[in-house]
This record gives sequence, structure tokens and C-alpha cells, in this order.
Amino acid sequence: MSPQSNGTALLEVRGLRARIDDKEILKGLDLTVKPGEVHAIMGPNGSGKSTFAGVLAGRDRAEVTGGSATLDGKDLLALTPEERAVSGLFLGFQYPVEIPGVGNLYFLRTALNAQRKARGEEELDAVDFLGLAREKMKLVEMDPAFMNRGVNEGFSGGEKKRNEVLQMAVLEPRLSILDEIDSGLDIDALRVVARGVEALRSPERSTILVTHYQRLLEYIVPDRIHVMAGGRIVLSGGRELALELEKKGYAWVES
Amino acid sequence: MTDTNRELTELTEQSYKYGFVTDVAEDRIRKGLDEDVVRLISSKKNEPAFLLDFRLKAFRHWLTLEEPTWAKVRYNPIDYQGIAYYSAPKPRKKLSSMDEVDPELREAFAKLGIPLEEQKRLSNVAVDAVFDSVSVATTFKKKLAEMGVIFGSFSDAVKEHPELVEKYLGSVVPYTDNYFATLNSAVFSDGSFAYIPKGVRCPMELSTYFRINAAETGQFERTLIVADEGAYVSYLEGCTAPQRDENQLHAAVVELVALDGAEIKYSTVQNWYPGDAQGKGGIYNFVTKRGKAMKRSKISWTQVETGSAITWKYPSCILQGDDSVGEFYSVALANHRQQADTGTKMIHIGKNTRSTIVSKGISAGHGQNTYRGLVKILKGAEGARNHSQCDSLLIGDRCGAHTFPYIEARNPTAQVEHEATTSKISEDQLFYCRQRGIKEEDAVSMIVNGFARQVLKELPMEFAVEAQKLLGMSLEGSVG
Repeated sequence: MSPQSNGTALLEVRGLRARIDDKEILKGLDLTVKPGEVHAIMGPNGSGKSTFAGVLAGRDRAEVTGGSATLDGKDLLALTPEERAVSGLFLGFQYPVEIPGVGNLYFLRTALNAQRKARGEEELDAVDFLGLAREKMKLVEMDPAFMNRGVNEGFSGGEKKRNEVLQMAVLEPRLSILDEIDSGLDIDALRVVARGVEALRSPERSTILVTHYQRLLEYIVPDRIHVMAGGRIVLSGGRELALELEKKGYAWVES
Repeated sequence: MTDTNRELTELTEQSYKYGFVTDVAEDRIRKGLDEDVVRLISSKKNEPAFLLDFRLKAFRHWLTLEEPTWAKVRYNPIDYQGIAYYSAPKPRKKLSSMDEVDPELREAFAKLGIPLEEQKRLSNVAVDAVFDSVSVATTFKKKLAEMGVIFGSFSDAVKEHPELVEKYLGSVVPYTDNYFATLNSAVFSDGSFAYIPKGVRCPMELSTYFRINAAETGQFERTLIVADEGAYVSYLEGCTAPQRDENQLHAAVVELVALDGAEIKYSTVQNWYPGDAQGKGGIYNFVTKRGKAMKRSKISWTQVETGSAITWKYPSCILQGDDSVGEFYSVALANHRQQADTGTKMIHIGKNTRSTIVSKGISAGHGQNTYRGLVKILKGAEGARNHSQCDSLLIGDRCGAHTFPYIEARNPTAQVEHEATTSKISEDQLFYCRQRGIKEEDAVSMIVNGFARQVLKELPMEFAVEAQKLLGMSLEGSVG
């Protein structure tokens, strides 16, 4: 990994515009995330949060019509989704898909080794990988029985989210974007997910939490909070912003 | 088309890698079919009278039959007079060891990855290789003979064990069975024969590799496997053909006989030339496979069908003895213009007979995949049980999947269950994999193998690995 001085941004988004069909969803979005920072993006439904997360990861549902996004100075928008993953971008999905018959552990090892190979690193053999996976499974309190089941196959909502955090913990991305990782979670699951995110916190890694509720922020304390409305970030601040939103509701920023 | 669609299309449009032609001299007879041709085939092979009689009865019966049209496949009419019914590599002197096999042939099989050489003893698979119509080599024959196992070409069996051939030939698939089986009964030229004596567990996998090489020939092989009381055998069958613009006919018959307490496991990886992306060329694969299971015996069919322009094939079990078990595990893939109409028949006759059907159909490109299955419980089949599961996976939006399950239960104590699902490889699944760093073609291959896993795990290890690779390769070019 390239050295990163604290002064430069890990993620730099400038004037980002994107549309789905004829509807403009992102209307000139700016965001800077420095290494080691945890940011939260909050906002009402339909404000463009998930579209933003998808655009950064290279989902082709939305078409980028303007602006720029760089990761470590690299033009993110010019890369394929798998190249972005190899560059260290991880998206925790709001609705993780099921892949029947493909073992969870097998999938994870394939992903890790695909990334390592693309970066010119040595691939992990089955034994080394198993050791790594076991350690990370403990972190998210995941029952090993889940490992040989199909990817997310028949998992509950909470189990799927834990599985996302497990994947993140194994892949050790530079930038994790967690899209509504807290939706549908009970308090216990929320605590486990939060611990997974906290465990990955380091001076080199950054996290963006996309969430509708400030509840998650009781467990993970972000460095910065942004409020999105109408396809733009309209307000940024510290922890106190979340509390204010809780009190006043999103109508306050939308008005 | 979205990027995903385009990449998937490219991925599924890979070409066939077994399409080479081997230049060996052939001994072939004139094209066309009449009674003289049937007699000529029989005389070329020095057959005993019972066999010629069998052929002639079949041929005369065939003349009264119409080609069936009920399958959900479409193809240009087959010109049965435009086919040469016998082609053998020449010269055909008697081989005393593997070293005497024509080097061209050995090279052809080496390209296919078939272990013909005895020194490949470690692979522990006895191989009978059928090139065009004639069996060219059988490995491990001696070692097997020590245990009383007979394994080799059908022609050799006719010469060396005519009583066994006469007793069992046509006992499961009679010469009157159906249009293609009847044709095969009249003109079959060779194939494999195996007999496992009472109580013997065959110590290695028996394997036959079929290859069609000559142009404008049909391949009509006949396989007969008999497992005597309490015997066990696992049998593997693989098939490839060169790439040609014309369609070639392959009409084989496989008969399995499992006597009391015996078990036969029959695995096929079929990769005949499927034709090109526009549907030109390819093998017409019209095959009749059936096993008869006596008391407490078990017959298990596992097939991975990735090749052929047209596949018409229903490996079946006649569960005649009480407590007998029939299984059918199938993965059928239809890409480009391929059409597959395949499934099974489970005929429950004995008491407490059980059958399991797991069918996985994969359709891509313009491929059409049909599952057609019959579960028939006869009156006396007290306590019979069947479970069927038919899953279809669609890749792209130009292909089709069809399921025709027929169930006839005439015994009120029978339990018959049928489950069916249809799914698509979704853009969401692909994006999920790619976001984790897995390339699109690897993702498609992984998803398809996951879908087929239930069947692939039934295959012997080395075959399973080959089948997995084949599935990935056969799909190059087809999602959306």
C-alpha cells in the first residue's frame, strides 16, 4: 500500500453528478475523507445516499454525468468494480444477495485471493486462510456452521449483515462504505457490527457509514457527520449534528 | 446492452477446444442403410448368428417406425441414407499391447487427456476408448480379469463371452423400444461391455471414452453392464467430437442390469461438439439409457451434459425388485443454439422402491433446456417413494427453460414429491462478486457451479473437476 500522509485525502469527491434513467439523483456532491476518519452520511429516504455508495463502488445502475471521485489520488470512476475492490474499496450492501450452492468460506477465499493476486501478492492457501477466517469470525460472533452454507443462503437479515462485516474484516479494505448496515438489526447484532467496524479502525483506514438513523452512532462514534438532501451534502459537522437531527427531524434540513 | 450484458455475452461465446480431426486411415462402408449394410456390418465383425438375427429383426422393425416428434427440439430432417454406418480406423490388426495402438490415435487421446497408457496405473481408471465406431484399446484388462471382472469392447465380449451377451442384450432396452434404439440395434458397431461377478466390488473406476472422428458417419455404440448379485461398479463415460459444419448423428444405447443386491453407478460427462454460435454443425445426440434394478439393488445415473447441438436422452430405472433404488442426477447446459430435452423415467414395480431425481438445467445464449421426466408407480409398488427436484438457471434473456414432469401413481400408499424452481443469474449477484474483487467470468462460473453442486458432488473426484471446468468453458458468452 502506498504511504499516506495525514494531510491528503483518501477519498476526494468533487461536484459528483449522476442520474438513473432521466432522473438526476446526485446533483454536485462534494466529500473529503482523510485516512483514519470515520464519516457518517445521514439523510432522509430518497436523498441519494445509496446511489452515492453504489456510484463509488461502480454499480452501473446510475450513470455518472459529471464531477470526479478519487481514491488515493486514483481516478475511481475509470475503474471497473473489481479494480476498485482491488484498490481497497469495500461496499457493505444494504441487501446482500444470496448465491446458492457457493460455500460462504469458499467465496470469501476466492475474493481475498483474487484481490491479492491482482495486487501481485501471494495467494493464501486453504490452511492459512482458515486460520484468518476463524479469527475474524470470533470478532463478529459468527457460528462456524455458517461458513459452509451457501453465501447468505437462508441467512436472517442480521446474519447477512454480520457476514458483510466478516467479509470486510477479512478483506481489510482501505475504505469501507457501509450502506444501511444497521437496518433491520436488533441491539445485540448492532453491537457486534459496531465492534467489527471499530476493530478495523486504524490510521490508514477510513469508513463511511450511510444511515438513516442516529442509533448506529451510539455505538460507532464518527469523526464527521454529513447530512444529505436532494442529491447534495447540505450540512456537515461533528457528533452534535446527529443529536440535533434526532431532535428536529430531517424536515429541518430539507426546508 | 449494459456493460454487464456485453461482458457476459463475450464470456459465453467461447469456442470448442476438442474440435481437432485426426488423420487416420479409415475402413468405412458406403453410405446408406439397407438389409445388406446390416449384414455387412455383422460379417465384418464375424458375429454369431444370434446377433445377426437381432440386428435384422431390429432393422425390419425400424422400417415400420416413424421418427418421434414429441421432444421440444427442432432440427432439420436427418437423411438416414446420407450416413455411413460403419467406420473403423485402419489397419485393424489384433493388438497385443498398448504400444501397438496407432500413434495418431494415441496422440488424439492424449490431446483429450485420456490415460491410455498402462503406466498411468496410478490414475486407477480402466479405460476403453472407442474411436468412431470401434474400440481401440482397453487398459487394465489383465488386472481386472484376476478378479473375474470382464471389461472391454463389445466386439470382444461377443467373441469371448457370447452367452452373457446373448442373455442380456436387449433385456432392458428391447430392439422394439424406440426409433433411435431400434436403429442402434440394427447397426451398432461397437461399444463397451462390463460384467462384475457375484459379490465382487470392482476395484477401479471403469471408463469409456467415445470419440467421433470421421466425417459423415454416425456413431452407434452399445454399452452393456451387468452387475451380478451383490456386485458393485462405478462406470464413467466421456465423449468428444471434431468440429464440423454438418450435423452428425449419435444414437447410442446403454443397458444396465443390477441383479439382487448389486449397485451400479454410471457417470457421464458429455461434451460432443455443440455446433457454433449460429447453430451450424454439432452432434445430434439421441440416446437411450436404461437400467433394470432387481431386489435391494441400486442404479445411479449422474450426467453432465454440456455438448451436442441436440440432446435427447432419458436415463431411466426400472425398479423391478423390492427395495430397489433408482437415482438420477443431471446437469444439462444449453448455450448458443443448443437444445436439450433430457430427464429420466423411474418405473416403480417392486415394493418399497425408492427413487430420487435431481435435475439442474442451465440455459444461456439462445439455448433451450427442457426437463422431461416420468415417475410411474405401478399397482403392486406398495410403499414406493419418489422425490424430484428440478431447478432451472437462466443466463440472459434469450434462452428458455421448460419442465414437463409426468406422474402416474396407481398405488395409494405411494409418496411422490416434486419441487421445481427457476432462477436467473442476476446483475445483483454479479455485482456483489465483482465488488469483492472477483472477475465477471470467474463469478459466472462460480455461480453456475454452485447451482450444479448437488449434482457435481455425485461425480467421482477427477470427473467432478473436469465437469466444473467444462461448465465454466461452455458458458463463455451468455448472461444478462
